Amino acid sequence: MGKKRAQSPPRTAAAEGEAGSSSQPAEPAKEPTPPVQVLYCQVCSFPLEYCEFGSSLTRCKEWLKEEHPDLYDKFYSEEALQAKIGTLSLEAQTKLEKDTAKKEAKAEAKADAALKKKMASQVTIKRIERTKRKHVTAIHGLEAFSIDLKKAAKQLAGRFATGASVTKNAQGLDEIVVQGDVADEVYEILEKGEGVLKGVPIANVDIVEDKKKKATE
Amino acid sequence: MFKKFSPSTDIAGHTPVKTSVQRQIRAGVLSQWKIEPETLEAVWPKKEGLVHVKCREHVSVYTVNSEPLFFQHFDGPFYPTLRFLHKYPYILPKVQVDRGAIRFLLAGAHMMCPGLTSAGGWLPPVEDAIPAERLVAIHAEGKEHAVGLGITKLSTEDIKKVNKGVAVETATYLGDDLWPLKTL
Ligand SMILES: [Zn+2]
Repeated sequence: MGKKRAQSPPRTAAAEGEAGSSSQPAEPAKEPTPPVQVLYCQVCSFPLEYCEFGSSLTRCKEWLKEEHPDLYDKFYSEEALQAKIGTLSLEAQTKLEKDTAKKEAKAEAKADAALKKKMASQVTIKRIERTKRKHVTAIHGLEAFSIDLKKAAKQLAGRFATGASVTKNAQGLDEIVVQGDVADEVYEILEKGEGVLKGVPIANVDIVEDKKKKATE
Repeated sequence: MFKKFSPSTDIAGHTPVKTSVQRQIRAGVLSQWKIEPETLEAVWPKKEGLVHVKCREHVSVYTVNSEPLFFQHFDGPFYPTLRFLHKYPYILPKVQVDRGAIRFLLAGAHMMCPGLTSAGGWLPPVEDAIPAERLVAIHAEGKEHAVGLGITKLSTEDIKKVNKGVAVETATYLGDDLWPLKTL
């Protein structure tokens, strides 16, 4: 009993949901109630019936028609559309539809702008000379590519068996500082998109040197 | 509570909850929700550690195996996450808002009395009246699944009588910043 038994029912018992509940009175509640499995939209993540309130209805509908044609009819057939208006007045319904269309356009424009911004963002890997033989590597700009800096620092620390932390640089921007000269390796990791360090076009990555003043002259 | 919430900046830390405290929390949850102990045990096995995810502004999210199950503001009631409520919809009493109120709720608004008392809304009959300051599932006209959940600011009988002002304070809703976080 215990752990194994307790854990499995929520995942597997759903299929027998109906049967389970009908046999309940005979056997007073000892078995856990199986969870309701809600089908969520793969596009907007809402339960299907709420797609109409999201900002991606057009894509939601395309997805549903493709994946679950029967459900598509349930939600978007002529009768379904009539029925769902419910007690809402005609004007209110028209306004809702207009709002939805507006929201969608706005969300698309926002996504576009975000993508453009992302593609224009730069990631800099800076090799910083601390002493003649000691370096640290500072990486900044990763957050523009939706990379979790803490997780990335952890990954790098593990990878190079060294210290890595997230700190604010002089400009007040977050950056990852890794102990040691690992600039080229980090570049390679970004190129391959290893672990959480993925999604950065390598053309947007630069390695720069930060040598001690007059050190090499 | 999660209208503007970003895990990377709004989380102060993860702490495993002490067994003695877990026992208190479990008792609290069992008293506040209509959930059978064995069902709660199935989603939150006693052997599985509860993790306290401390967030800004005194919001605490509790997770099991990284999955957020419920949350709390200060030492207020334990709100199930909306995903949890979708799985076990019977654990909270329900109220229903009309279709017109849905988009306001999805924008994070509290639910006003008229949205619940209009033709598309629904409140329990007097014999099942819900007192003020109770957890309720917020359902919506023509929809099967809850769209949010919150706490009553008036008893359901008073909502019918007064019929103005805030009826239910929304704690979490479909599409807020907690919704996309399947793990935390
Ligand atoms: Zn959708």
